[in-house]
Amino acid sequence: MAGYEPKTARARIATTAARGVVAERLSQQPRMDVIRNTIFGSVLLLAVAIALAGLALLIGDALIDGWSRLNLDLITNGPSAFPEKAGLRAALIGTLWIIGLVILIIVPVGVGAAIFLEEYASRESRLARIVELNVQNLAAVPSIIYGLLGLAFIARSPLNLGFVVLAASITLALLVLPIVILVSREALRAVPPSIREGSLALGATQWQTIRKQVLPAAIPGIATGVILAVSRAIGETAPLIPLGAATFVTFDPSGPFSGFTALPLQIFDWVKQPQDEFRTLAAAGVIVMLLVLIAMNSFAIWLRNRYEQRW
Amino acid sequence: MATAKPRLEATSPRYGERVIYWLLAACAALSVVTTTAIVIALIVPSIEFFGEVPIFDFLTGTDWGPTFTPATFGVLPIVVGTLSVTFWALVFAIPIGLGSAIYLSEYASRRVRRIIKPILEILAGIPTVALGFFALVFVTPLIQDVWPGFLGPEPGIFSVAAAGLAIGLMIVPIIASVSEDAMSAVPAGLREGAYALGATKAKVATKVVFPAALSGIVASIILAVSRALGETLIVLIAAGNTPNLTFSPVESVQAMTAFIATTATGDIGTGTITYKTVFAVALVLFVMTLLMNLLSMRLVRRYREVYE
Repeated sequence: MAGYEPKTARARIATTAARGVVAERLSQQPRMDVIRNTIFGSVLLLAVAIALAGLALLIGDALIDGWSRLNLDLITNGPSAFPEKAGLRAALIGTLWIIGLVILIIVPVGVGAAIFLEEYASRESRLARIVELNVQNLAAVPSIIYGLLGLAFIARSPLNLGFVVLAASITLALLVLPIVILVSREALRAVPPSIREGSLALGATQWQTIRKQVLPAAIPGIATGVILAVSRAIGETAPLIPLGAATFVTFDPSGPFSGFTALPLQIFDWVKQPQDEFRTLAAAGVIVMLLVLIAMNSFAIWLRNRYEQRW
Repeated sequence: MATAKPRLEATSPRYGERVIYWLLAACAALSVVTTTAIVIALIVPSIEFFGEVPIFDFLTGTDWGPTFTPATFGVLPIVVGTLSVTFWALVFAIPIGLGSAIYLSEYASRRVRRIIKPILEILAGIPTVALGFFALVFVTPLIQDVWPGFLGPEPGIFSVAAAGLAIGLMIVPIIASVSEDAMSAVPAGLREGAYALGATKAKVATKVVFPAALSGIVASIILAVSRALGETLIVLIAAGNTPNLTFSPVESVQAMTAFIATTATGDIGTGTITYKTVFAVALVLFVMTLLMNLLSMRLVRRYREVYE
């Protein structure tokens, strides 16, 4: 209620009078309404509490189940049929390779598409509208269907890459591109038109304006989008299953054309095993994966707060 | 007073600018290429599939065993499997998600909102393999423990209910955040008018804000449905993998996505009937989620038009 402080005497009188009227109205609220309001508020709070409790239980349960395996061996040991010797090394290396290539694909393509849609295409142009509708629909395609696309066209002909890191990277890149495009567009849109107009008025070409003025101002927002996209790609399992990665990998992935496994796939593989020891491993793997994701998301939030420009 | 007009156009042709323009256009067009590729990838094997299995038998058959001999291709059991998992996910997620949305938009102070919203967003970012694991090792035993006997036999290790609950947890943030956006877009004047007439917060939320934001709220639920339909890992881990035409929440079912993920592994032979079946099922799933998404986009556009 203390949000507005009147400055002049007249405003103070008017405000006091208005507050008096409101206070009187509030005191006349029927008793039943007040009781209902309290109950309704508590039910809402309960809903929030259940959602938060779900998250807490998920993390807590994985911590308790996986605690005994949360040590350095978990990261340095490779895959093994024996739970006491198995670890995440191959999976982590595989994820690093995959994600590195994903970034190399999504940054130029995603930002390029966003620049085209925001800076070049007029809002009414046919191409821009088709692309926009497309991007929104692509974001809703189930991820397993991207896996089938990867199986049909990327691992097999026409690209014929086989079941290798690069095939996984292209598939995941296509899956997360809509995120990069949507967030980058927001970032570009937030750069005020006066910056562009000033640059153009000084005789810069459109591309010079974008490269020297608009892009630097939008980089924090774009980086946030890329991190969000990457953290989605790290956790995706379904698209990798048709790419043959669910098979047992006994070596460390060594490059774009190497066979692979990945962090979530390794966890899924352990979940499927009947022995309890593998469940423990899976829980420890979940914790490692969540740590990676929380670190990345915190970085994204920090980036957004640190470099957010107010114009 | 005619003065010479300054020449504003470029004094030399800028070929580089044209090249850049087309490069960027190509980046944007890649999304169209992706969609086209998805559609072709799904439709070509599906057409071949429907050449061998009549489409009517496929869509109305109740016997699903494409990898058995003799093979049966009635898709209903796995469609019903997907739908019933989605149904239980919604039973959990609609009250929790909408409750959270109303709390955040109408009740919470700005400080509380700034803490709770990012935490809910973390929930949206949890990898589904982790949620599937959670469903299997935590939710299932929990349901078994609290299961009241009069409801019949308790759920087994794999059940629709456990998978539904975990998917529900996954879609709560979608419903909460899209609905909250819609409620925040309701003009403050409508609320203030009601408050000035002496309405309580509960009245304002249910009688003013909720109806005004309804199209956005419905859109959030439809978007959540489309996510739930396409979710793979949770159903694969927690719902079991047995095609089973049942509406019971305690039994194990196979969802469409789970069928695709178990059947379409790297060693599946291109051109075999099993391969084509996978793509036909994927086509059905794709059409379902696409329709949901188009509907949701249309509703979102409507509330934006009204209030912005």
